[in-house]
Amino acid sequence: MSCTIKTERITKAFGARNVLDGIDLDIRSGEIFGLLGPSGAGKTTLIKILTGQLSQDGGTAYINGTDTRKLSGAEHRKFGITMDNFGLYERLSCAENLKIFARIYGLPNNSISDALAKVGLSDAAKTPAGKLSKGMTGRLKLARAFMTDPDILFLDEPTNGLDPVSADEIHKIILSEKARGKTVFLTTHTMTEAEKLCDNIALLSDGKIVEYGTPAEICRRYDHQRMLKIHLYDGQDMMLPHNRDAAAALAALIEDGKAETIHTTEPDLETVFMELTGKELSA
Amino acid sequence: MKNICAVFLKQVSDTLKNKTILIQFLMFPVLVIVMENAVKIDDMPEHFFAKLFAVMFVGMAPLTCMSAIISEEKEKNTLRVLMMSNVKPAEYLFGIGAYVFVMCAFGTVVFAAVGGYTGADLALFIAVMSAGIILSELTGAVIGVFSRNQMTATSITVPVMMIFSFLPMLSMFNDTVKAAARVTYSQQLSELINGIGTTAISAESVIIISINFVLAVVLFTVAYRRKGLE
Ligand SMILES: Nc1ncnc2c1ncn2[C@@H]1O[C@H](COP(=O)(O)OP(=O)(O)OP(=O)(O)O)[C@@H](O)[C@H]1O
Ligand SMILES: [Mg+2]
Repeated sequence: MSCTIKTERITKAFGARNVLDGIDLDIRSGEIFGLLGPSGAGKTTLIKILTGQLSQDGGTAYINGTDTRKLSGAEHRKFGITMDNFGLYERLSCAENLKIFARIYGLPNNSISDALAKVGLSDAAKTPAGKLSKGMTGRLKLARAFMTDPDILFLDEPTNGLDPVSADEIHKIILSEKARGKTVFLTTHTMTEAEKLCDNIALLSDGKIVEYGTPAEICRRYDHQRMLKIHLYDGQDMMLPHNRDAAAALAALIEDGKAETIHTTEPDLETVFMELTGKELSA
Repeated sequence: MKNICAVFLKQVSDTLKNKTILIQFLMFPVLVIVMENAVKIDDMPEHFFAKLFAVMFVGMAPLTCMSAIISEEKEKNTLRVLMMSNVKPAEYLFGIGAYVFVMCAFGTVVFAAVGGYTGADLALFIAVMSAGIILSELTGAVIGVFSRNQMTATSITVPVMMIFSFLPMLSMFNDTVKAAARVTYSQQLSELINGIGTTAISAESVIIISINFVLAVVLFTVAYRRKGLE
């Protein structure tokens, strides 16, 4: 399959601080790729470099084979981008907000209602953008990014600060775009989101990619973190390693009739990340 | 052209929702109608208020509106989205510049009607007002480009706007002020407007307005080079 987004040894420093320190990525067409990392890891910085808002110090990034530094304005139109620092016209209604971009892109009028319908904002077409809830604001930003029907979507923390229900609505929209063959590059600091949405993920820590693969692969690599969780009759939970060493202890618990249930716990990305970096993701 | 239109029409749809800007467009035109009809003092020069408010309007509205629009778009991060959609800075500035010009043109029509200008006088009045609007827009754009947010923009706009819109009025009462105000375009606009129909256009006015224009362009270039539209 063709590589849609490729980076080679991207570096970027702000002052003395190396924010990105040799980033190599290969993102295939049609996949949802998730870049994970704690706050300040450099996720937004990488998206800015890929979308031409910032230039790297070293290395090269390619989108569909073209060096991102050489992308023209017209080629930028082929991306849909949402970022925290992209604003909406708060006094204007949802439809009026999209209308501006329909005019810029030379799109027909029905593109506005189509875009609103796609993100479930048809009923809010006349509501001023400043009066929307956080989740609706996020969806309106997605609608704007989708207007040109771009093949590649860059979504910087699309669900940041949303309640689970609103986040889930956005997840559905992202998955339906994938189903239409779009390539999605998203950043997040929630593991569950990455596990739910992403075909491939990269963990970014201190400017380096510390893990790269499918969520399942990565978890499997950290299988030694698999634990036995024993729930005791007295209400307590006990964790034992998932290996021979636990056998004797386990046998004793069962013999004494203390163990009520026994489960194996799979390592999740959260614990993998902790082990790799000693840092918590969502801290 | 498509992008300039999009920016222009965006601003049009904001007109009735944006009270700060709407009031700038309406205040003096409404005031002039009220004052010309309500206040009649015997020795007062003909159409005193029309001339006075026309100059104040030109010194205040275009300047305040341009700086308010640009600085708000910067603060709310909407300008960035336009730029990312391939709208060029020049297209953006022309779009909002054209909008402010059109809105101020409506005001100018009111002043022209209240001032009772006809024929060549009317043409001259419109020409002077147009030059003033463009100069004030440039000054406002300099402030907008220079400021990071609305707060900074307002804190610069208010004193600058006071100078340009109030000096011509103050100089009617004080000769020292008048001497100092001579170098500003708004004072020269005021003299041109007050001279319509009686005195010929003075070379001094034209030169001073031209110098003001060149200065504004230079300042704008410097501000734009240093700050861009980010
Ligand atoms: N323009 C800039 N000048 C100086 N430092 C910057 C600049 N932009 C980002 N940084 C620094 O680079 C680091 C990475 O920032 P970035 O915004 O890419 O992180 P992030 O992974 O997106 O974090 P978050 O999850 O909080 O959005 C941060 O420490 C930030 O302070
Ligand atoms: Mg970020």
